[in-house]
Amino acid sequence: MSDAATYNFGYLDEQTKRMIRRALLKAMAIPGYQVPFASREMPMPYGWGTGGVQVTASVLGADDTLKVIDQGADDTTNAVSIRKFFERTAGIATTTHTSEATVIQTRHRIPEAPLREGQILVYQVPIPEPLRFLEPRETETRRLHALEDYGLMQVKLYEDIARHGHIATTYAYPVKVDGRYIMDPSPTPKFDNPKMDMCPAIQLFGAGREKRIYALPPYTKVVSLDFEDHPFERTKFDRGCALCGSEGIYLDEVVTDDRGGRMFVCSDTDFCESQRAAPNEAGHGLHEVPR
Amino acid sequence: MYVAVKGGESAIAAAHTLLAKERRGDPAVPELTTEQIREQLTLAVDRVMSEGSLYDRDLAALAIKQARGDLIEAIFLVRAYRSTLPRFGYAEPIETSAMTIRRRISATFKDLPGGQVLGPTFDYTHRLLDDSLNDGAAGTPPSPARKPVSEDAKVPHVADLLGHQGLIEPNPETESPAPVGDLTRDPLSFPAERDLRLQSLARGDEGLLLALGYSTQRGYGRTHPFAGEIRLGQVEVHLVPEELGFEVPLGTITVTECEMVNQFKGSAESPPQFTRGYGLAFGHCERKTMSMALVDRALRARELGEEIVAPAQDEEFVLSHADNVQATGFVEHLKLPHYVDFQAELQLVRQMRREWEDAQRKEAAE
Repeated sequence: MSDAATYNFGYLDEQTKRMIRRALLKAMAIPGYQVPFASREMPMPYGWGTGGVQVTASVLGADDTLKVIDQGADDTTNAVSIRKFFERTAGIATTTHTSEATVIQTRHRIPEAPLREGQILVYQVPIPEPLRFLEPRETETRRLHALEDYGLMQVKLYEDIARHGHIATTYAYPVKVDGRYIMDPSPTPKFDNPKMDMCPAIQLFGAGREKRIYALPPYTKVVSLDFEDHPFERTKFDRGCALCGSEGIYLDEVVTDDRGGRMFVCSDTDFCESQRAAPNEAGHGLHEVPR
Repeated sequence: MYVAVKGGESAIAAAHTLLAKERRGDPAVPELTTEQIREQLTLAVDRVMSEGSLYDRDLAALAIKQARGDLIEAIFLVRAYRSTLPRFGYAEPIETSAMTIRRRISATFKDLPGGQVLGPTFDYTHRLLDDSLNDGAAGTPPSPARKPVSEDAKVPHVADLLGHQGLIEPNPETESPAPVGDLTRDPLSFPAERDLRLQSLARGDEGLLLALGYSTQRGYGRTHPFAGEIRLGQVEVHLVPEELGFEVPLGTITVTECEMVNQFKGSAESPPQFTRGYGLAFGHCERKTMSMALVDRALRARELGEEIVAPAQDEEFVLSHADNVQATGFVEHLKLPHYVDFQAELQLVRQMRREWEDAQRKEAAE
């Protein structure tokens, strides 16, 4: 059983992949709509990227190059584990470079380097339902989506403003897709939300445990929810990366000692490395990164 | 640090090596064989087969060994393997009234056709630690001298005995071959029909079902249950291959079945009569099937027009949380790095604290 040769390309059997591709096509046809699919049990735990893994397995071809990131980094344990899984079961090429990848599976981040046409970004999604914490029942939330009844969400955001003076959601910040469905962008920081808008790459979202797939076709309008007098604000850092010096990118706070020492470094490790390797070539360096 | 910038890969490999060492334990103690697990930890094997939804004692034993005795981990291993198996077809419904009985008890009648058969049970043991089991001092236990009760005779279900008098609701009539839902092939949606509910409960976590069943006994969605019957034994499994068009036997499996008989006051449409709750599991899983039957009956509240007031009656609540492989995955995923989101929250808390302090200062100044 441990012999990889006994498994089909990408672990899943072809029938299952076909079922998932059908769900993907439907999802692409109705951007932001959550399509139920018969999620399979994968050899990694639910909640650890099984939805993303099934989507990736269904879209991968033999000549694809895969990149897997978790928290922006290629070397976080779960990213390593998922990348190894596909190396073993699909024997495809892998990379850590965003520009070289044709399929990128991600958990919680969108790469800093702009994506291009022909690339597929696969998100791992824990709770696909943006209304879940306002209404726990699936029967009810499906009805709300069908009727485009998003009052609950508007009230929630309004209450945030009334209480705190601003919208107190920093990640999994809800977006409206193509003027119709409210969608959970997966728990990416709201900093990444603007990258979803009019993105040239295909964006696919897989939630294995919750058995839902949704998608953003290339160049889909994605708007972070806000109010006219309280427009969406992207998280800003008051400094650049301590390693590569880039600004306008998302930073991780690294605790360096037990006396309050802190260091801020790029969350996107590939971006950081490429900046340090060729700070001027990429045209970024100490400059603001285009969104 | 479990992940610096580089090094996740070698850390994972080292952790796996350590895990293998821990699993083996003291090398001076002989290694456990999967045959020993299969033959001597049979109830663990039965639970893994039931909740893993795969009837294979050897694979279950292997999974238990590999999982170091963690049954949910073993169930997970079996489930992951199961999803790679092709689906040939769906078996005919098993005929539990034709079961070769190993145990059969009813709490509703003192004696009944087919008799009461105690079988292998902990029920009337005194729970005293048995020192003779240490170091195999107990030896081979003697075989009880009695023949199996029902070699050929059908042992009718208790519920059918009541059914003759119309005192209990009949089992729902279905036309054969009726399509049966399969939540491993189609995503579950609500409201779910009873076939899917039963499938979900059969795969569901024994602990959750036990707690939910218990809660109905304590008044949270009370169903006034009687253990109409619990039976354990072998049944034949038949399949009708499409190209043949007739039944062929595939073999026998051991199952535990429980039928609860529950009070029902009646409604405008139906007279007062007993209703049923049903439980079935692979192998010998008595606690599981009894709990399952209680929860099945509680979940029929909607169908029977009862008020839904308790967790055990709430279909979406029960079915969404019954699967321990899903539950353990999502609970344990909190171990994964979340520092990107945590960073976003840190920023927000810092901002909110600044705003709060400014407000305090302003108030003090006024």
